[in-house]
Amino acid sequence: MDDLLFLIPALPLLGFVLLMLGGRRLGEPMAGWLATAMVGGSFAASVVVFFGLVGRSAEERVYEQTLFEWIPSGELSVSFGFLVDPLSITMALFITGVGSLIHLYAIGYMHGDENFSKFFVYLNLFVFSMLMLVLGDNLLLTFLGWEGVGACSYLLISFWFTDEANASAGKKAFVANRVGDFGFMLAMFLLFFNVGSLNYSDIFLSLLGDDVIAQSTATAIVLLLFLGAAGKSAQFPLYLWLPDAMAGPTPVSALIHAATMVTSGVYLLTRMNPVIALSADWAPDIIAWTGLFTALFAATIAVAQNDIKKVLAYSTVSQLGFMFVALGSGLYVAAIFHMITHAFFKALLFLGAGSVIHGMNDDQDMRRYGALRKAMPITGATFIVGWLAISGVPPFSGFWSKDEVLLAAYENNVILWLLLLVAAIMTAFYMSRLVFMTFFGDARWNEEHDAAEATESVDADAGVHPYESPWLMWLPLVALAGLAMAAGVLNLPFSHDTKFLETWLEPVLFGNEVHVGASSATKWVLAIIAVIGGLVGIVAAAAVYLRKRLNPGKIELDLMAKGWRYDEAVSWFMGGPGRKAFDAITWFDRRVIDGAVNGTGRVTTLVGGRLRASQTGLVRTYALAVVLGTAALVVYFVARTSF
Amino acid sequence: MILALVITPGYYLALGALLFIMGAVGLLVRRNPLVMFMCVELMLNAVNLSFVAFGEAMGDLGGQVSVFFVLVVAAAEVVIGLAIVVAIMRRRPNVNADDLSVLRG
Repeated sequence: MDDLLFLIPALPLLGFVLLMLGGRRLGEPMAGWLATAMVGGSFAASVVVFFGLVGRSAEERVYEQTLFEWIPSGELSVSFGFLVDPLSITMALFITGVGSLIHLYAIGYMHGDENFSKFFVYLNLFVFSMLMLVLGDNLLLTFLGWEGVGACSYLLISFWFTDEANASAGKKAFVANRVGDFGFMLAMFLLFFNVGSLNYSDIFLSLLGDDVIAQSTATAIVLLLFLGAAGKSAQFPLYLWLPDAMAGPTPVSALIHAATMVTSGVYLLTRMNPVIALSADWAPDIIAWTGLFTALFAATIAVAQNDIKKVLAYSTVSQLGFMFVALGSGLYVAAIFHMITHAFFKALLFLGAGSVIHGMNDDQDMRRYGALRKAMPITGATFIVGWLAISGVPPFSGFWSKDEVLLAAYENNVILWLLLLVAAIMTAFYMSRLVFMTFFGDARWNEEHDAAEATESVDADAGVHPYESPWLMWLPLVALAGLAMAAGVLNLPFSHDTKFLETWLEPVLFGNEVHVGASSATKWVLAIIAVIGGLVGIVAAAAVYLRKRLNPGKIELDLMAKGWRYDEAVSWFMGGPGRKAFDAITWFDRRVIDGAVNGTGRVTTLVGGRLRASQTGLVRTYALAVVLGTAALVVYFVARTSF
Repeated sequence: MILALVITPGYYLALGALLFIMGAVGLLVRRNPLVMFMCVELMLNAVNLSFVAFGEAMGDLGGQVSVFFVLVVAAAEVVIGLAIVVAIMRRRPNVNADDLSVLRG
């Protein structure tokens, strides 16, 4: 069964190659079906490998499969191999599972696009890169996937590149990610310098010994890795590329910018948990507090957005912050659990939003939505499931995972818990706002048209007529809604036996998982507070947006709509002082570095010009010089031996 | 009384030195390329003579072996050198070495 392992990344790669060569000839919809079949096959292979792993005893659930030696170079030897363990196979399962559903959806969503097959070329390449990221048995292979998903993200964000805004959004994502990649690379160098290997199992094995790396080194590695994770997983201060990434087609937002790629930072830090365990105590605290700040910060921005995808984007940033709080508190299982449930419900919400945008003729402004549940019953019903899940209403999956994250925060620090609870309440609030503005209330989609009709003679049939999406699009919605509803059973907190995920992930955590000391009474109280918090958020949103008890303008501050002007501040800084610094560096490069190079050349030319006079071209002069030189040498040696 | 003349290596070395100086001086004072070439050969063979003399004096075959190397290199050098000299002489008969200064810097 392990022989099928290579198929997991190989099938999407094959799909990429086939579509690259013959995608245009296949055309629509065959190209999409081929891509979907490849990812679906990859999912089937993952399931087989997963059950192979389940069949083993807990100690044997970690193994490596090396295909070939990739970079043999002296002390540095990097193999092209896969690390199969509960963590990587869990990631592979939900990447390929959610991935194939989104591929299916994309066949319907991209209908009629002139670059239909190219879209699936990129999508398959993305799935391949993402699988290399999670399955690679060493940091360099993970980095290969890491860069691969970054490149695909860039290509897909600027997929409709003829629009200037989309192209620059792709560029922005790429540049922000480079900052994080730089941290990842430095962490790799440090690890190799201190441990002498990039292979995960070698690193972890050598860390078991005493004093392999100093605490300060481990701290530096963790912080650099966190910089990388913050870039990829859109944490403060590098989050600002993710909201702009919504310029891409909606299936891309669902797959890359909600379910899979943005969670790779969480994967990386979970994978490197033995290093975190060796670092100074304040390093995980930095991770947790950064996560908390991001969660709160992004939630406040989400409250004031009117673009449906922007709300979901800031919500993703915020939810990723939740995961980092769990990571920083040492509850890796809670982070992974929330990552999985988030992948389900956020992919569902994005695909639902895509379905709405599709039905509304590409209008993304929620102010022109309203009462859409009647026009799109399936999208509406599944979206409501996603909404309840993310708001933390039991028994939907989001409740269970968010409860674990809140428990992790409580275990770490009560203030952390309290602030995270505020973020959770705001999550419920802005998601309810989105749902009420989109699916409930009055239909506002033809207000402008009707106003125009009353004054002028406009064709009454024109205007927007929302309609339900084709089955290709609602089928994945239904499947994801089922998952978002039921994924909580992965890790029910009632007894140790129902914590399947925790037991399952034990081999990869090396006992670094913090054990919660709170009594079950405390846990009940915390859970009830969390549920009440979520309901408060929903009720508050209902009061404002359904009953109109309060003018929404009082909540949706202009400052929040503009993202606390953080984007502008960065632009200002980069355009002002940053620009000057770059100019200074350019000046230094041109004058000092290039000057040194050119100066060397100029001095050589000058000296050569003087020296060439000694070359007379007369053979006898040269002969005389040789004879005199020889005579001088003879005199020197004779003198040295004689005296 | 017949003076028994014992020939020691010193004689050979003296002869070698003499030949070498003749060659060197010839190289420096003559202007005919062909003669200069012959002077170089003279110097080479003066060195060969010294090699053999030293080899004999020290009982080391290395001296003899070196001579073979020098001969081979000299033969190769003669081939190329003469070819160049002949080529020059064909183009510019009666030319002397001082006239050939095209490689002046």
